Amino acid sequence: MNGDDITVNLKRVGNQTVVFDNPPVILSSYSVVGPKEGKGPLGKTFDKVWNDGLHGEKSWEVAESKMLQEAMQGAMNQASVQKEEIDFMLAGDLLNQIISSNFAARQMALPFIGLYGACSTMALSLAVGSMLIDGGFAEKILVGVSSHHDTAERQYRLPTEQGAQRAMSAQWTVTGAGSVLLGRSGEGPRVTSATIGRVIDFAIKDVNNMGAAMAPAVADTILNHCQDMQLKPVDYNLIASGDLGAIGLSLACELLKQSGLDTGTSFTDCGVMIYDESQDSHAGASGCGCSSVVFAGDIMQRIKAGELQKVMLVGSGALHSPTSALQGESIPGIGHAVVIEG
Amino acid sequence: MADQTLRKPSISVTPEKYQALTQQYTPKPTISKNVVRAFIVGGIICSIGQLFINFFITLGMVRVEASTAATATMIFLGALLTGLGVYDEIGKFAGAGSIVPVTGFANSIVAPAMEFRREGYVMGVGAKLFTVAGPVLVYGIATSIVVGFVYFFLH
Repeated sequence: MNGDDITVNLKRVGNQTVVFDNPPVILSSYSVVGPKEGKGPLGKTFDKVWNDGLHGEKSWEVAESKMLQEAMQGAMNQASVQKEEIDFMLAGDLLNQIISSNFAARQMALPFIGLYGACSTMALSLAVGSMLIDGGFAEKILVGVSSHHDTAERQYRLPTEQGAQRAMSAQWTVTGAGSVLLGRSGEGPRVTSATIGRVIDFAIKDVNNMGAAMAPAVADTILNHCQDMQLKPVDYNLIASGDLGAIGLSLACELLKQSGLDTGTSFTDCGVMIYDESQDSHAGASGCGCSSVVFAGDIMQRIKAGELQKVMLVGSGALHSPTSALQGESIPGIGHAVVIEG
Repeated sequence: MADQTLRKPSISVTPEKYQALTQQYTPKPTISKNVVRAFIVGGIICSIGQLFINFFITLGMVRVEASTAATATMIFLGALLTGLGVYDEIGKFAGAGSIVPVTGFANSIVAPAMEFRREGYVMGVGAKLFTVAGPVLVYGIATSIVVGFVYFFLH
């Protein structure tokens, strides 16, 4: 440190990765989804399925915030943890000024750190939450991430009743909220390392092809993670990006292959898993609710059942806005990876 | 552009090559299917309009009046189907076939009205009513003025 004689025992490995000395425990997880997600192939893995997206509220935005609260309350209940025991709440969503999270935080009345990583927010929150716990700043942290199809449509695209056709490469924003309770000690799977992604922009401008915009960032993060940790994709039972969709997943595989990393069969995508062909989602799912509910539901259950021992969740975010897109800017992408071991 | 002095992306594919890869992996728009569907549904909507014109003529209206009455009826139906949540489903199937006729114009006005009602009648409905139809109106009217001038000077 430039002649400074203070030595800092960094937990950082390689260029972008942190390895936790005392890996934080995932004490519980809870997922709430909308009707379309409930009817999908992962329908049974979610803790709660709403019958309609409005759920008796006066607006889609209020409904999304309620959904996030339900997920976070569910995670606390499952671990029999009281609000008073939680040090920080980390949450994020897709709306301007992350209002779903802000309003959920108003109700939860916990010390709150709002995060925005577009669709990568679940992995980002898990990474930041784990750093806070391993850093000795918190005992328990509640993480919650949501998105809502109708709030996203009206903010990013068209009014929901507009009779327009979606592009074949477009992805369907998930209505869902996932929550995870992290603790310094206890029983459960552990977050062992995290790789914070760099913003990578390969000049994709098509807002109807966000998977393609995010794939280079996801590939870059996986490459850096493997390099930093001296590991290969085969060392993981599952590498799940969230959410590249079908096109983005193929592109990320191709990029990794051309960069000399064979992902084998373990690489999949939350945006591909959540809907089936008949649900007309085109290229798959998107929205930060997607990776949060797939992780809090299906992936966590498979880790707990012992089916998966080591999982890498790579949250992928498209960091544009409707304004930047209209002004002709390309879409910057980001990918954050967290490793969970059962 | 990202700062070139920093560590470069770890992917050994250039952004230029990636553009080509993206084109290769992105499915092409289903143009022939869309055109056929648009033709059929657009044709049906216009035929219904014609039926109304004929109907109003049998009621004793002259042709111009019957056309106006039929247009108003089609606008009403487009608005009604939007309110019932049906028109977006038709639009998903038919594309331009249900956007171009006057029912599509009604849909593009009623959909924002429904969507932004929650933000109030002034800054919600009032301000956002023409978010979809606005560009059509601006350039439609501008074009009609230009064409009007051309017509005026040619005759």
